Amino acid sequence: MAFKDARRTINYGFQNESFKFKVSELSGEDINLCFQCGGCSSGCPLAEEMDFLPSKIVRMIQLGREEALDSETIWVCSTCFNCEVRCPRGIDVANIMEALRQLKLRKKYSHVSLDSLEKSKIRTLPQIAIISNQRKLSA
Amino acid sequence: MRLAYYPGCTLKTNAKSFEISAIASAKVLGVELVELTRWNCCGTVHALAKDDVMHYIAPIRNLIRVEEMRDEGIVDENILVTLCEMCFNTLKRANTEVLKDGEKMRKVRENMEERDPAYRGEVEIKHFLEVVKDIGWNNISNLVIKKLKGLRIIPYYGCLLLRPRGLGIDDPDNPTILESLIKSLGGESVEIPFKSKCCGSYHTVHMEQVASELSHRILSQAAEAEADLIMLTCPLCSYNLGDRQEEIKKSFKGLRTIPVVYFTQLMALAFNLPAESTGFSENKPDPTVILKNKDLL
Repeated sequence: MAFKDARRTINYGFQNESFKFKVSELSGEDINLCFQCGGCSSGCPLAEEMDFLPSKIVRMIQLGREEALDSETIWVCSTCFNCEVRCPRGIDVANIMEALRQLKLRKKYSHVSLDSLEKSKIRTLPQIAIISNQRKLSA
Repeated sequence: MRLAYYPGCTLKTNAKSFEISAIASAKVLGVELVELTRWNCCGTVHALAKDDVMHYIAPIRNLIRVEEMRDEGIVDENILVTLCEMCFNTLKRANTEVLKDGEKMRKVRENMEERDPAYRGEVEIKHFLEVVKDIGWNNISNLVIKKLKGLRIIPYYGCLLLRPRGLGIDDPDNPTILESLIKSLGGESVEIPFKSKCCGSYHTVHMEQVASELSHRILSQAAEAEADLIMLTCPLCSYNLGDRQEEIKKSFKGLRTIPVVYFTQLMALAFNLPAESTGFSENKPDPTVILKNKDLL
């Protein structure tokens, strides 16, 4: 599993204050607290699958950059809370990822559709897998 | 002591052996796990978005059942015991949220079905491991008939038993509860660095290869540590690490087979309970060969 594109750079122009506010409100997290230590990214078990590292996503929100919503990262996060226990500033990055997913899901975007899954597979999967998957990734 | 017990969906299907062995082991400890008279899905994941109070209704409705059972004298405490890590996290977080935020409690009460009485907020959620710990490791040791001698066991925590901080049942940076259990059962606890890293969780539904990668890291560390078994507490971890192990081996040639069991199954084994209470026939990969080799079966 090679790092996909995790060194993608972000655009530093400040863009959209209301986007930053929305994410703060939905996540309940003070985005300004992050000082970019990268602890969340270094502990993230799924970082290698992400296009932007979790800490970069937080930076993008600080800068009001809505392209955070189009990142793969928010769908790759498995809400394992490794970032939450590591953050020295007390930010729960998993909450931020959830807020970004919710902003997409509430506009009827589904990342995984139940119809796309094979019936035989659905029969063997534990229910908790299917329900949590759909709760997190489907509108 | 009779305690209310919330099984959750998967304990009735993929993880029957978890439930059977837990109920049987609890009896040995003097605890009767009484299944909720009526229960519904907890939602499996906590609604993290701050305005998403709607998803608290399902977990809280289960807690109303506990208060009813306590009032009717069916159980002895306002405690709800769970086995599944995901149910534990979802029920406990919803409960914690409504107890600390009166506005959320009001919304939940207002939107509950009419036949449901208002939730009084008296219920405490406990993972079965906490019940075991409360009994005391020495007392557990004294109940062991068949010591798990020479059995090298990986204590695998997964995510939601320990995190988020403050909600988990042990220190998320340095957990010891599973190690203590293994020791009190007479087994040998084997350390791996990834004992609380994600197994792939619900990504197993649509990103099988990614789930395989994550599970493989844990399995390969267990193999390198020359462990006999992985002991865990979550039906989804069990599916990813156990049921899918043959599939994972196709992508990672040379990976040694490592059986995966629930902690309650090893308790039942150490308490010398019959095969129908240990439920090893349902585990994948089959743990009975290694257990026979160690003269434990």
